[in-house]
Amino acid sequence: MIALLSRRIAGLVVTLLIVSFLIFAVMGLLPGDPASIMLGTSAAPDTLAALRHDLGLDQPLIVRYGHWVAGVLRGDLGQSYTYSVPVAGLIAERLAVTLPLAIFAILISIAIALPLGTFAAARRGGIADIAATLFSQMGIAVPAFWVALLMIILFSTTLGLMPAGGFPGWENGIAAALQALVMPAFALALPQAAVLTRVTRSAVLDVLHEDFTRTARAKGLSDKAVLWRHAVPNALVPILTVLGLQFTFLVAGAVLVENVFNLPGLGRLALQALAQRDIIVMQDVVLFFAALVIIMNFIVDMSYLAIDPRLRREGA
Amino acid sequence: MQAFAASCAIAAAIALPAHAAPKTTLNLGMAVEPTGLDPTIAAPVAIGQVTWQNVFEGLVSIGEDGKVQPQLAKSWEVSADGLTYTFKLQDGVTFHDGETFDAAAAKFSLDRARGKDSVNPQKRFFASIASIDTPDAGTLVLHLSEPTGSLLYWLGWPASVMVGPKSAGNDKTVPVGTGPFKFVNWAKGDKVELAKNDAYWNKQVSVQLDKVTFRFIADPQAQAAALKSGDIDAIPEFGAPELMSSFDGDTRLTTEIGNTELKVVAGMNNARKPFDDKRVRQALMMAIDRPTVIEGAWSGLGTAIGSHYTPNDPGYQDMTGVLAYSPEKAKALLAEAGYPNGFSFTIKVPQMAYAPRSAQVMQAMFAEIGVTMNIEPTEFPAKWVQDVMKDRAYEMTIVAHAEPMDIDIYSRDPYYFNYNNPDFNALLKKVQLTANPAEQNKLYGEAQKILAEDVPALYLFVMPKLGVWDKKLKGLWKNEPIPSNVLTNVSWEE
Repeated sequence: MIALLSRRIAGLVVTLLIVSFLIFAVMGLLPGDPASIMLGTSAAPDTLAALRHDLGLDQPLIVRYGHWVAGVLRGDLGQSYTYSVPVAGLIAERLAVTLPLAIFAILISIAIALPLGTFAAARRGGIADIAATLFSQMGIAVPAFWVALLMIILFSTTLGLMPAGGFPGWENGIAAALQALVMPAFALALPQAAVLTRVTRSAVLDVLHEDFTRTARAKGLSDKAVLWRHAVPNALVPILTVLGLQFTFLVAGAVLVENVFNLPGLGRLALQALAQRDIIVMQDVVLFFAALVIIMNFIVDMSYLAIDPRLRREGA
Repeated sequence: MQAFAASCAIAAAIALPAHAAPKTTLNLGMAVEPTGLDPTIAAPVAIGQVTWQNVFEGLVSIGEDGKVQPQLAKSWEVSADGLTYTFKLQDGVTFHDGETFDAAAAKFSLDRARGKDSVNPQKRFFASIASIDTPDAGTLVLHLSEPTGSLLYWLGWPASVMVGPKSAGNDKTVPVGTGPFKFVNWAKGDKVELAKNDAYWNKQVSVQLDKVTFRFIADPQAQAAALKSGDIDAIPEFGAPELMSSFDGDTRLTTEIGNTELKVVAGMNNARKPFDDKRVRQALMMAIDRPTVIEGAWSGLGTAIGSHYTPNDPGYQDMTGVLAYSPEKAKALLAEAGYPNGFSFTIKVPQMAYAPRSAQVMQAMFAEIGVTMNIEPTEFPAKWVQDVMKDRAYEMTIVAHAEPMDIDIYSRDPYYFNYNNPDFNALLKKVQLTANPAEQNKLYGEAQKILAEDVPALYLFVMPKLGVWDKKLKGLWKNEPIPSNVLTNVSWEE
């Protein structure tokens, strides 16, 4: 087991290294020079050369890659070209918005999808099932940013109940910060909840046809007890797998919603860095996203191993 | 009845504080977040739009009318040969960190901007300064290598502001100037906060705002929502003209449409066929009905121009009649130039909303004279700067030039138009030989005429300044002779 684990971790590190090189290579292919964007259209060639030297852009590619990777391994993500501050701090500031937003959205999505999906499965073909199917189809079809716009029009400009956007910062109190995140979290959560409702419904339905639920029923347990004590816990594995995937999607994919609600999140940082060719920031953010996906997959894999002894033996 | 009385009491309670004292805070929205806060080391206009005249000041400044006025220099004298500028500086001026502003600090600022290692985006402004003397703490003398008639105007720019010798190195993140507002905090991606500078040197102005927050909202829909919900008090440059009418009838908000320095022009590569033929360029210009372009691209808001000059600029002359809209004449000119059946070419169009919209309207107009224009989207600034500015690998492009009074770009070599006209260059050289505004205006008038006839670029329109703000807010600039948000005289009406 330990040998397997260390092999998997070694594989993880190699994957991350390869990914880091790919990220660096792709950024190198992008047209556009950060220095000439900073200095604008009037800059003289010698001014440009001075700035390129200041930024280290005049060094060979492989040297720059070495500096970057060595820095990241030391925990130093470098300095943003445009903001002139350490990238680690920038990412941390943005995560303070994006992570709570993603967690908030996941919680909302679970709160909607688990009961809805379960009831739909329990009363298959009934009104709850039809409603759930309708909701999940609409939720998947309607883009999150559009839901976001509708919510702003209704709750902010028409009713004046909610701030239209922006983020007050955690230092101004948890209540104000959470208030700013409610609508974006709902906008993000609805499409996720739609997918999760479907998954929950089919997972619970599958389990309801298994032998052990039939046995439970034969023992004389009520339908309710069978559903909540036996079916739902056993359906959780596929649901958790989807949740794991959704979480990485939410962290990386909140760009549009962050834009509509004007939230200073990680997605907006990535977009802005791309426009300004703030290459260091882009490399770090993309590496962060990649690492998040790779590590999430790793955790999901490992949890399968923990659940299913057969996989452990095969692996060893 | 009881409920009515109660609601009256609540309404009174809500209304009361508003009457008690005028508001002294301002939330101002901008579309683009500045990248760094030091206008002397990076070009993006958003830097100046936050800091210029608020945090940083110059020896001179540029007023709402576009004219140069004294600031940290209370007066100046120019020698008869135009080679020596002697500035008398204000007394008792300190930077926000307490450092004294004097001739030594002014010399430091200018030396930093023109020095060998300078990364000042407008380093060329200072190219003619040969040496700087400081005979006493209140006097600054600039010795020039050649007369530079625009020097005073340039010294009013964000790139020329005075910085503190001790604090300059940190200005990009913690700006320290002599202005009426002090930097407080920058929450990156979200807002920059300023507070009133109680020790402000200029006792003639009374600054009314205690706290100013610049908030950055990229999306025009989000801008509109923030304005309507009251999250934001003002957006001096609203992003979407098509949404302007959505503010009509709003009892709380007012809209102001002014001029900017943003000239939307379709530049041509004058070194490439067929654009090396003046007749072809003229024909293309005559094929364009500017009001229709403005209607299609910017909801009819904007001012047609006939050369690279705006109504804000001193010495402006309306040149839109020089090559007025006439498809028949355009066709005849094309035939004369050897293209009776037209030709086809590609325009590189950046993603900013005005550009693809303008290009689509132009495409239809060119089709009327038999010219096929293919539209190729490109990314601004990165790819555009690389392809058009640096490599000059393009046929036609379209972009709004933001720099005020930059008619001299047509005399720069290299510049992306590949335009070379010795007469034009000689005129602009003459502008620098005199510091007399009347003489300069006359020369600028001739320069406008040459561009209007030569059309190295198709001159389309000046972007409007679409201001939307609370009706009670007074003192924001309606026009924009230089990209800025000057808050010195902004106040809330009681």
